Amino acid sequence: MRRALERISLIDVFMWIVGGSIIGIVLVGSVATIRSGQYSIRHWSDFLIFGVAQGSVYALIALGYTLVYGILRMINFAHGEVFMSGAYTAFFVADALSKSGFLGQNPLLGLLAVFAVSMATSVTVAVILERVAYRPLRRAPRLVPLITAIGASFFLQYTFRGFYGSGFKSYPEVPVLQGSWVWGGIVSIQRIQVLVIVAAGLLMLALYTYVQRTRAGKAMRAVSEDKDVAALMGINVDAVIVQTFIIGAALAGAAGVLYALMFRQVHFFMGFFPGIKAFTAAVLGGIGNIPGAMLGGLFLGIFESVGPILFLDGLGVPAPYQLKDAIAFTMLVLILIFRPTGILGERLARAKA
Amino acid sequence: MAILEVENVHTYYGNIHALKGISLTVNEGENVTLIGANGAGKSTLLKTISGLLHPKQGMIRLAGEDLAAYQAHEIVGKGVVQAPEGRRVFGRLTVSENLEMGAYTRVDRSGIADGIEHVFTLFPRLKERHNQVAGTLSGGEQQMLAIGRALMARPRVLLLDEPSMGLAPILVQSIFETIVQLHAAGTTILLVEQNARMALQIADRGYVLQTGQIILSDTAGNLRQNEMVQKAYLGMA
Repeated sequence: MRRALERISLIDVFMWIVGGSIIGIVLVGSVATIRSGQYSIRHWSDFLIFGVAQGSVYALIALGYTLVYGILRMINFAHGEVFMSGAYTAFFVADALSKSGFLGQNPLLGLLAVFAVSMATSVTVAVILERVAYRPLRRAPRLVPLITAIGASFFLQYTFRGFYGSGFKSYPEVPVLQGSWVWGGIVSIQRIQVLVIVAAGLLMLALYTYVQRTRAGKAMRAVSEDKDVAALMGINVDAVIVQTFIIGAALAGAAGVLYALMFRQVHFFMGFFPGIKAFTAAVLGGIGNIPGAMLGGLFLGIFESVGPILFLDGLGVPAPYQLKDAIAFTMLVLILIFRPTGILGERLARAKA
Repeated sequence: MAILEVENVHTYYGNIHALKGISLTVNEGENVTLIGANGAGKSTLLKTISGLLHPKQGMIRLAGEDLAAYQAHEIVGKGVVQAPEGRRVFGRLTVSENLEMGAYTRVDRSGIADGIEHVFTLFPRLKERHNQVAGTLSGGEQQMLAIGRALMARPRVLLLDEPSMGLAPILVQSIFETIVQLHAAGTTILLVEQNARMALQIADRGYVLQTGQIILSDTAGNLRQNEMVQKAYLGMA
């Protein structure tokens, strides 16, 4: 008995106490919030739907982190700026189409054009990034490309700031996407949220099918496991790496438009927080794992949207929604302490055996 | 006729001079073995032939064509295919997907399907497990898959790097039987082995590699009788 106790370290005990008390606070807070009756089912369903929409955008960006990590074991910290550059450039197209009235008359074609421009811009930026900033450093120590990525991220932010100024630009309204649907007075969903969730879902389904079923997708998985052997099978490893950046960037470009349509603005710094959040989501789900990134994104989006009010409102915390980032990152730390590989990540030791 | 010619090849690993002027030839339809101790440079030579490493000096020719200008993945398309040391199957891909990756350079769909059938007749165990991820196979099954995967590219020259490594004796026996079978069916093979006894029993000719240099080359029969080979590689006093 004593021996068994001695084997438990103080730090472990401390961590369990911290974890336990946080769970305690969450439970007490949730019960208090629900019992206060301040929020109706209608409110909760609003929070939930907003969380799913927000989470879908996180998931799309998170896929870019996870795909590149899976292939190169490198965190592309400029990915948030890849997202921004697509959304920002597409703003000019959206703005012009809106002013000419085209977006009102022919919303489907108009939106497709906005998406196409955004995705193409993101892809171009990512491909240049890979070629200029990452490929020459592929054999360098891991810290080097990481620092380069952070540098590239600043470079892109301030390039956009230099060209287009530091102010917010408001994204035009798309008339078809205004308004919402209500069912039974309980569930109400905005049209724009429907677009975000459906578009993200379709893109993720397409990605999953591509990676699992096609020859190129299988080659991607082969390269992510063993580059040398993939080359010995006749797979052009450089081409697969570029292709991975292209897919990740296209998803980020699409996410950029969805994000801009939801929040109705673009800004040179807009990639930073969604980028960090999506990176968090990718780690949460298990970095390198594609379903993990999707799940992590949704989970983080819902958690951020429902969590602060559910956990903190009942405890009398004023303006709990302001604490959403603090809550999101507390959860990240907790998950990394108790499950370092993320939700769906495999244990490294087992993966290697 | 010589299909693969290696001529005075020097390869460096960083600053280490790993291959010091290697020359060897493999003729069409031959089974040639390369034996040597750990660290002699056997795998380095195969990696150089496959294009994963680039020689500082010397030339490698396939059916007369210089391979220097090609990258590793292009050399596979030319017909030099390697089953690497330590098997290195794609552990998270299924057995069938591993075989498809072996056929990556091919575009003839029906030919690929036939190739998979051929591998399954060669290794019925793989057929039973075709939907299983390769990481869950036993060592012997993974070696079968590694060889099968290399065959999928329809090699003109098949490079086998230590196929017997880490396998139980009975599996070693069965892998070597497969190699004999492949050779009998006309496949040209360059077999790198530490298990010199087995390798010299099934090969036509052999080369002995020591610290980056070829120190002996002869028919397999003569090498088996060679006193130095017996002492150093066959464990005879």
